[in-house]
Amino acid sequence: MRRNETIRVVGLDTGYSDRKHTTVITHDINASLYSRELTCLLGPNGAGKSTLLKTLTAFLPPLKGDIMIEGRLLNVYSDSDLAKVIGVVLTERLNINNMSVDELVGMGRSPYTGFWGHMSADDRCIVEESIALVGIGGLRGRMVQTLSDGERQKVMIAKALAQETPVIFLDEPTAFLDYPSKVEIMQLLQTLSRERNKTVFLSTHDLELALQIADKVWLLDKPHGVTIGTPEDLALKGEMTKYFQRDGVTFDIESGLFKIDHKLTDSITLEGKGPVANMVRKALTRHGVSTDAKDNNNRIYADESGISLNGNSHPDIDSLLDAVDLLFDRR
Amino acid sequence: MSRSSTVILMILLGISIAGFFILNLLLGSAHIPFDEIIGILLGRNDGNVIWTNIILKSRLPQSLTAMMAGAGLAVSGLLMQTVFRNPLAGPSVLGISSGASLGVACVVLLSGSIGGVALSKLGVIGEVTITLSAIVGSLLIMALIAFVAQKVRGNVTLLIMGVMIGYIANAIIGVLKFFSAEEDIRAYVIWGLGSFSRVSGGQASVFIILMLVLLPMSFFLIKTLNLLLLGDSYAKNLGLNIKRARLWVIGCSGVLVAVVTAYCGPVVFLGLAVPHICRGLFHTSNHAVILPASLLGGASLALLCNLIARMPGFEGALPVNSVTALVGAPVVMWVLFNKRKNDV
Repeated sequence: MRRNETIRVVGLDTGYSDRKHTTVITHDINASLYSRELTCLLGPNGAGKSTLLKTLTAFLPPLKGDIMIEGRLLNVYSDSDLAKVIGVVLTERLNINNMSVDELVGMGRSPYTGFWGHMSADDRCIVEESIALVGIGGLRGRMVQTLSDGERQKVMIAKALAQETPVIFLDEPTAFLDYPSKVEIMQLLQTLSRERNKTVFLSTHDLELALQIADKVWLLDKPHGVTIGTPEDLALKGEMTKYFQRDGVTFDIESGLFKIDHKLTDSITLEGKGPVANMVRKALTRHGVSTDAKDNNNRIYADESGISLNGNSHPDIDSLLDAVDLLFDRR
Repeated sequence: MSRSSTVILMILLGISIAGFFILNLLLGSAHIPFDEIIGILLGRNDGNVIWTNIILKSRLPQSLTAMMAGAGLAVSGLLMQTVFRNPLAGPSVLGISSGASLGVACVVLLSGSIGGVALSKLGVIGEVTITLSAIVGSLLIMALIAFVAQKVRGNVTLLIMGVMIGYIANAIIGVLKFFSAEEDIRAYVIWGLGSFSRVSGGQASVFIILMLVLLPMSFFLIKTLNLLLLGDSYAKNLGLNIKRARLWVIGCSGVLVAVVTAYCGPVVFLGLAVPHICRGLFHTSNHAVILPASLLGGASLALLCNLIARMPGFEGALPVNSVTALVGAPVVMWVLFNKRKNDV
C-alpha cells in the first residue's frame, strides 16, 4: 500500500458564527488527506486557508459537514485524545523567555506524561530522536528567544514530532524565512512524510516551492472553492492558470512554474549558446527587449568568450544594457 | 541553568528565610537574649513571663504570618503572570483584592450607620467579622471573574474586565466612605495599609493552617502552567482544556489572595515583584523550578519587609505596604538591569 487515508472531509463549510451572524468562508469541501504525502494548501490572501486549517485542527468548530480522522469524527475526540493524533505548528510568534530548546521539544510529550509532567526515560529518548531528526542537536541548550525564525520553526517541528502524531498541520511554516531555509523546511517535511509515515498538511504562499515539492496541492479561492490534485495534474488541466493567472504572470506549462510577463517594446537578434547567452536573454527580456527576431539589423553575440553588440565587445551585461538603451534611443 | 546551581540557589533561599525568621524573633523594642528565645520556643517556661508573651503572642505569629502571606502573594502573582501572559499582572490585577476591600468596606463602614455599632470598637469579634467579610467579598468578585472567563475568548479582554471590576469596587468603596462616620473610615484606612501583625494569636494560627493547605495545592498546576506558557493554541493542541485550566489557575490564585488580604489587608507589590526576582535569579520559565522559588522568595522578602517595618525607631508603626514597595521596587529594577541580554 502506497498510502493510507488518514483524514476525510465531507461537505465541510468553514467560517465563523456567533449568535447573530454566520460567515461562511469556504463552502462544501470534500477531500481526503493521506499518510506518506505532503499536501500544500495554496490560495490568495483571504481565501480561507487559515480558517480551513483551524477547522481541521479543531480550533474552530465546522459550520457544516464532517471531519473524520482515522475513522472517527473529529468532535468525538477529547482534547487529550486529539493531542495524540494531530500535531500543529502555528504562525503565531512564541512569546516565551527562558525556556530551552530541550524543554520546548519536551513539551511535545505532555499528552503522554502524567499529572506532574515528569518525563520517563522513553519520553526523553523520543525527544532526543525528534531533535536529531530535525537536525537541531546544536541548539539543544539554547534559549528559545535567542533563536532565528528558521531555527524556531525547526524547534516547533521537532515539538510536533515528539508529540508522535500521525498527522501534522502547519500554518505557513515557511513565512518569514530566507529562501534556503524555506527549501530546507519543505525538504525536511517531505522526508518526514516519507520516512515517518506522517500525513503532512501545510498552508503556504511559496507557490514555486510547493509546486516542486508537494505530493498534492489544494487550490483554494473564493469563486472556485477547492481543487485538489498533484501539481502536474492540475497544471495539465489548466487549473493553475485558472487560479493564479493575473496581468503580468503566466503559468509556463513547459516548466510547470510561473513566469513574469515583461512588456517587450524592441527586438534584437541574439546569437550564441551556453549560460552567458541565457543570462543575456534574461536581462534583455527584463529590459523590454525581445530576442526572438532572427534577422534583425542589430546583432548580439554572447558565449564564454565574451559579449558583443554589433561587433563592439562589452565587459559585462550592465554595460551591454547601456549600449542597448543608446541604440534604441531610450534616454 | 544547571540542576546543581538551581538546587544551591533554592537552599540559599531557604537559609535566608531561616535567617530573617530568627532576626524577626530577635529584634524588637524589647531586647530578649537569643538563648532565652530558644528556651521559650522549646516550651521551657522558666524565664520572664513578659518575654514569653512577647515571643509567643506577638513576634512568632507575626513572623509566621509574614512568611505565609509573602509566599501566598508571590505564588498568586506568578500564576496571574503566567495565565495572562503579562509581566505586569499581579494578585491585585483582577480586582480580587478590591473585592476584599469592598467586603471590608461594606462591613466596617455600614455597620456604624446601619447597625448603630461601630465595628472598630468590637475587638476580637470585629476582627473575625472583617476577615470573613474580606473573604466573602473577594470570593464573590472571583466568582464573577470566573463566570466572565468562561464567556470571553481572549486573555487581554479578561484582564481588562478584571481591571474594570476593580474600578467599580473601588468606586463603591468611595461612595460608602462618603456616607460613613469618621472613626469607621479611619478603621478602614488602617486595614488598607496592610499589616502582618493585625491578626491576633488565635486568628494567626487559623491563617497559617489555611495557607499550609492552600500553598501546596498550587503545585498541582505545574504542568498546566508550563503548557499555558506556549500560548492557548499550542496548549490546546497538547491536550490542555484551556477554559478549565484558566479557571483552576485563576481560582487558585484568587483564593490565595483572598485569604492573605483578609488577614493582612491589601499588601501590594510582593506578588508582582517576587516572580520577576526569581526569574532573574534562576533563568528559567519552568514552573517546577520557578513556583517553589517564588514561594520561598516571597516568604523571605516578606520577612525582610516585616523586619524593616519593625526596625527600632519605627516600632511597628511603619505600614507594610510602604516597606514592600520601598524594598521590592529597587530589587526588581536591579534584577532587570543585571539581566543577561534577551533574558526575562
